[in-house]
Formats: sequence, C-alpha cells, structure tokens
Amino acid sequence: MEYFDTLIVILQSTVRVSVPLILAALAGLYSERAGIFDIGLEGKMLAAAFAGGAAASVYGSALVGLGAAVFVSVCLALVHGFASITQRGNQIVSGVAINFIALGATVILGQAWFRQGGRTPQLGEGERFTTVELPFAAELADVPILGSIYSNLLSGHFLLTYFAFALVPFTWWVLYRTRFGLRLRAVGENPGAVDTAGISVIWLRYRAVICCGILCGIAGAYLSMAMTAGFVKGMTAGKGFIALAALIFAKWKPVNVMFACLLFGFLDAMSIRMQGNALPIVGEVPVQFMQALPYILTVILLAGFIGKAIPPRAGGVPYVKER
Amino acid sequence: MNDIAIELKGIDKKFGLVHANKNINLSVRKGTIHGIIGENGAGKSTLMSILYGFYQADTGDIFVDGRKTVIRDPNAAIAAGIGMVHQHFMLVENFTVLENIMLGAEESQILNAGITKARQELKRLEEEYELEVDPDAIIEELPVGLQQRVEILKALYRGAEILILDEPTGVLTPAEADHLFRILEQLKDQGKTILLITHKLREIMAVTDEVSVMRRGEMVATRTTAETSVEELAELMVGRRVLLHVEKGPASPGDVLLSVENLTVRDSRGVDMVRNVSFNVRAGEIVGIAGVAGNGQSELLQAISGIRRAVTGKVLLQGEPIHVTGKADPSDLRHRGLAHVPEDRQHMGLVLKFDESENSILGYHDDPKYLKGMFLDIDAIRNDAADKIEKYDIRPPNPRLKTANFSGGNQQKIVLAREMERDPAVLVIGQPTRGVDVGAIEFIHKRIIEMRDAGKAVLLVSVELDEIRSLADRVLVMFDGRIVGERAPDTSEGELGLLMAGVEDTKEAAQ
Repeated sequence: MEYFDTLIVILQSTVRVSVPLILAALAGLYSERAGIFDIGLEGKMLAAAFAGGAAASVYGSALVGLGAAVFVSVCLALVHGFASITQRGNQIVSGVAINFIALGATVILGQAWFRQGGRTPQLGEGERFTTVELPFAAELADVPILGSIYSNLLSGHFLLTYFAFALVPFTWWVLYRTRFGLRLRAVGENPGAVDTAGISVIWLRYRAVICCGILCGIAGAYLSMAMTAGFVKGMTAGKGFIALAALIFAKWKPVNVMFACLLFGFLDAMSIRMQGNALPIVGEVPVQFMQALPYILTVILLAGFIGKAIPPRAGGVPYVKER
Repeated sequence: MNDIAIELKGIDKKFGLVHANKNINLSVRKGTIHGIIGENGAGKSTLMSILYGFYQADTGDIFVDGRKTVIRDPNAAIAAGIGMVHQHFMLVENFTVLENIMLGAEESQILNAGITKARQELKRLEEEYELEVDPDAIIEELPVGLQQRVEILKALYRGAEILILDEPTGVLTPAEADHLFRILEQLKDQGKTILLITHKLREIMAVTDEVSVMRRGEMVATRTTAETSVEELAELMVGRRVLLHVEKGPASPGDVLLSVENLTVRDSRGVDMVRNVSFNVRAGEIVGIAGVAGNGQSELLQAISGIRRAVTGKVLLQGEPIHVTGKADPSDLRHRGLAHVPEDRQHMGLVLKFDESENSILGYHDDPKYLKGMFLDIDAIRNDAADKIEKYDIRPPNPRLKTANFSGGNQQKIVLAREMERDPAVLVIGQPTRGVDVGAIEFIHKRIIEMRDAGKAVLLVSVELDEIRSLADRVLVMFDGRIVGERAPDTSEGELGLLMAGVEDTKEAAQ
C-alpha cells in the first residue's frame, strides 16, 4: 500500500508538470502543422509567465494575469509570423531571437518594475489560480485504490489542467474534422495547393501562429500563476524545448503529443522524487542524470526507435509563388 | 449569343528584365480545345498563370464570356469558371483524393456535412465524365495519371467551364496520354472549353481544334488545326532567324574522341529523358544536336559531363570509359580533357557573386599554377584572367569586377575562355549563344570553329536550328529522348523541322 501511495504521488506530480508541456507542444503543433517551425516556444512561454505574474500582482486578478500572458505571447508569435511569413526570413533564427529577447527582457523589466532580483512579487489569494476539488473527493478518499485515484489523482487540479487535457481531443477534432484544420494541414504540406485553391496562404499561416501564441500564453500563465505563485527568472527551464521534442516524438499528432508529454512529465516527476533516495539495485542515482533523462530519451527515441518522424513537408520553407 | 469563352487583349508582363509576355491577344471559342504551343520559355505558362490569377498582368484585359473580368487571385479565376491543371500537380500528397478535392471548397466550417455532399458530387462527376478514382486513396500512392485525374476533378468540382492544362503529358506514359486526350474530347462534347499548353506538336495535331503559337513572349500566329501542318507549326515555333554567315572550311575528322553507347538517362521525376542514345564525335568535327527544347538534350549533356547519373549505357572519352552510371566526377573529367560549357551559365557555369578572375579559374582552381602552397595565388590568377580578357575581348576588361555586372554575352565569353584555354580534347557546349548579343554570337561561333580546326572534338547542343546548321559538320536530331535521324547540315529547314517534330519518315512526308 505504501508503494501504491508513492505511485499516486508521482502520477499526481506527473500530471502537474505535464500541463505546460502539453499546452506548449499543442501550441507548436498548430504552428508547425501550418509549416511554420517554432523554436521560440520557450521564449513565448517565459515572456507569458512574466507578463502573467506581473499583471496579476499589479492588478490583483488572476484573470487579468492570464489575459496579459496571452496578449504578450500572441504579440511575440506575431513577430515570429511577420519575420517568417511576411518577410520570408529564417524561422529558426527568428525563433532563437525570440528566446533570447524573452530571456533578457523578463529579467530587466522585472528588476526595473519590482526590484526583487528579477522576480515578480509573491501572488496572494485571488491573484493566482486555485485548485478545484471534484465533487465527493473528500468522501471517497478512503475507498481503497479507486477512491485514492479519484480524489488524489483526478481531483485537486487547476482548471487549466483540465483545460489542457480537454484541448487534446479538441485539437484532434479541429485538425481532422474542421475546414480550418484541413487547410492548416494542407498549408504545411503544400502551400501551392492551398494558394491555387483560392485560399490565402499568408492569412492561414498567421492564424496558425496566433493559435500557437494563445496556447503558449496559457502555458506561461500556468507556470507563474498556478504551479508557483509568481515569476522567477528563467522559470521555463527548457520546457519549451522539451515540448518541441515531444512534438517531434509524437510525429505532430495531438493524442501522441499528450502521451509524449506525460512520459516526459513522468521522468521529471521521478527525478524530483528520486532526489536523495536510493534505487533498489543501482543505489543512489545522481539527480543530474535523472534530469538529463528526458533529453537522453529523446535522442535515443528519435534516433530510430519510433521510426521516421516526418515533419510537415513545407515546414520551415517560406512560401514564394514559383515562376 | 457569344461564342467566345476567353479573350485576352494586350496582355503584357515583365519579370525584372525578362519580358515574359509581350502584348498578347488571344481569343478562345467556347466548346473547343485550343492549343497553345511554343518552346520552353516562350511565355506560355506565364500567360496561363495570369489567366488563373497567379500573377497579374502589367497591362491588358481579360474577358470571360464577353465580360471584362479582373482576375486578382485564383479565387477570382475559380469564380469566373476557370480551372487549371498545373504542370506540377498542386495536390497535398499525404491527403486523400476526397480531401484534396474539398480543399478550398469545403462548404462549411465543419467538414462532415461537406464530405457526404462531396462524395455524391464526385460520384456524379465520375459517371458523367468517366473519371474513376477511389475517393479514399492517398494521393502519393496513386500513379501520376490518376493524380492528374484528381486535378481535373478538382477543377470540375469547383464548376469550371474553362479548363487550362499546362504541359499535361510531360509526366504521362503514351498510353496515359491517349487516355487523357479521350477525357478531353469527352469534356469538350459536354460543352467545356479547354486550353492545352504544350511544346509537343503531335499532341496539338491530335486533339486541338485551333492552335496559337507563342515565341519569345509573343503570340505569333493562330491557326485552325485542320488547316495547318506540323511543318508550318514547327517553323512558327522556332522562327526564321537571321542566318548568320560563318566562314568555315571542310572538316577533316580524325579519331573518335567521344563515344556514346546506348545511353539512357532519367530525370528527377523518374521519366526517361534520354532513351538508348548512341553516337560518336571525332577529332576535328562539330556534331550538332538539334531538337525542340525539352526533348532530352539537357539530360544528355549533363550525363556526358558527369553531372547527372545515367541509368544504362557507356561513354568513352578518348577511348577510356567514363563512369556515367555511377559516380562520374566532373573534376576528374576535366583533367581527362573534357571541357563543358553548360547550358545554363548563370546557374551551372558561373558563380555570379564572384569576381571575374575567380570565375575564370573555377573548376581548375587546383591547378598548381594558380596556387602558392595551400593558398590561392591571387596575382597569378588575376594575370591569367587579364590574358583571357584580352584574348576573348571580354568587356569591361576588369578581372576584379563582380561577374553579375557583365552582360550575358560577356559572361558566356568568360565561361568559354575558361574551358577553351585549357586546351581540352573534347568540348561539350550547350546553348552557346542563348541570350547573347549579335556581336558576341559571331565571336563565339568563330572560336568554336577554331577549336574544331585545332583538332578538337566538339559536341554542340542548341535549340537554334540556324546555329546548328551553320556550325555543325553533322546534325543529329533529338526527339522525345531518342536520336531520330542524322542529316547533313545543308538539309532543308523544313526536313529538319519535321524530324524535330518527331516525324521520322521525312522523305515521304516531304513529298
């Protein structure tokens, strides 16, 4: 029973750390499926986390914080869109630039505004998101196994958590069952086909980039306003890149994205749990090893274990009408 | 009652310095198949892209069904009832047939309702025009003939009354092409108007009612197909050019220096562009390869010069085999005495951003005389370039000038100087005077003949029939990847034109 409780705790924290990954990876999915590679997920998330933390603390409202996070992230997404769609620039360079701008600007602005070493003030009640208890969670907590799963694993999360998981089937539905999704997938494969069908490639790609911005914004808000209570410099800590790896690992498919993010989240949760604890056979594992595991796993899996991950064919290529 | 489906008046379009369409007028009658023929680069595709709203004309008007129509984008073209089957299919390869057909014509935000309707409509179109295709098949798993059918269905699904087909048979096998023509006949019987763009005369004769000929951006003539002939069209297409007089004594051929045996070359799409070609070039003679552009001459040149891998066949250079079916190394071939002046000098012959002097040693830059230890000897290179500039009258005479700033003729001279001054045994030249001014043409022609007289074997490929006739000692005609005949250079233009059009029995046809 002790092992079972440990497992529930690890899974609970897996869900918690997976949420920003899922949101960011789905954000990347919208953009990349439309042919705009986005290495700037990390930067957008970081800027959004800062904007959310700052606005929530200044205006004393979590919703204002969320709005500010989404706004800032969408603005950065539009910069990336302008560079790579309108100006036909290099998408990797633009993404890297956004990462650096976010990394520097958040610290400078944070220090200038709040003078707490790049942090935003601690968010109080009402300024941050709170967890919701599902009905009867307390009553059912004592029921063996199922009760524990219900009240400790499924209940007690933020609304954003439920939102992130609901977004997975929703994204699948958008992608495969709506006109927007059909066109989005098409423009990432062969923009020429979209153009000759009388649809604007540019407007379509901008919409995809905006979707990406919105979701990155929510992911950032989750980091600074739900998972913790306030922005800390560099708090994304590579989550944007892990999300990108999950996206590739999942071959750009929504349901796969969720499982990939849960896997990476699980490894993350394990690494936290394992700190200072000895494993049965190998003894104590250095925490750095556990932290490196998601990356090592990505390299190994992408090196052939999952088969070929074929990106959208027009990905990374600006659309120019051929003569 | 108006029986003109499309009328173009004064269409003009420039791309930078290239004048792609010059004051084009065209009218297409409703319910006919109208062919537009011309060599590659004559401006056919540009004209059709303007009609489909892919580009806007600089000046000129388009009338559809007698009404002046502004076609700003493909949407406007679709709304005006114009559909287009592109040369390179505009299909999403990992989508199903149905998804491709629906793309852009989905009816509603949510797909489900549209899908049922699209299936029904597709079924109706399939039955009406006998265009069967499985709606759930993935495009990339279908043969090209079927992919093309999907493109046609896409246009019909959008209610196209006027169908433009851009080089539709380029990727098809002859049987598939015949099938396509039957489909086109059927569409015509149903009252559709069809514009067929091609550079293949045979197709024009087989299916069109009327034909318009384009040459160098101009619409030179429109004929009723039944009242014209392959010869007339060939002549209109190629055009009578000013016959340049070249002083040339008789050839004195020596040993075979270049020998091509049963060479077959495939292009990147997997289509055989050169089919089982064999010929020899001897020392001291110029062998000219004539043909309408796009009949495999480019691929032949590329295979011989080691740029493109051949499928089968042998090439002997001075009796020694070249590894044409494997990894032939162009730089190794240079050292073995094969100089190559590529057809497209700006992309393959020169690096336009380099200095003239740098281009003048390109490919020979590992020669010790240009090197000082492991570094380039800039002074030696510039002096060498200055010598060539003087000898080939390259203007302006400045080896440090960026190559892009030289005119077309002078750029070509830079390439020729580089290749000819190496004193090669075999010289392979593609389109030596394309885009070159008249003065430079004469100079280049003289140089080529000097090379012959110095005992070199020269293989000349040109789409300019006059050039071939005035330079070559023997003329080989290429059509559809094969050498369809060998003639003396003084053979009449008409006979060569027929051969270029694929009519092999010229003796009979000429009578």
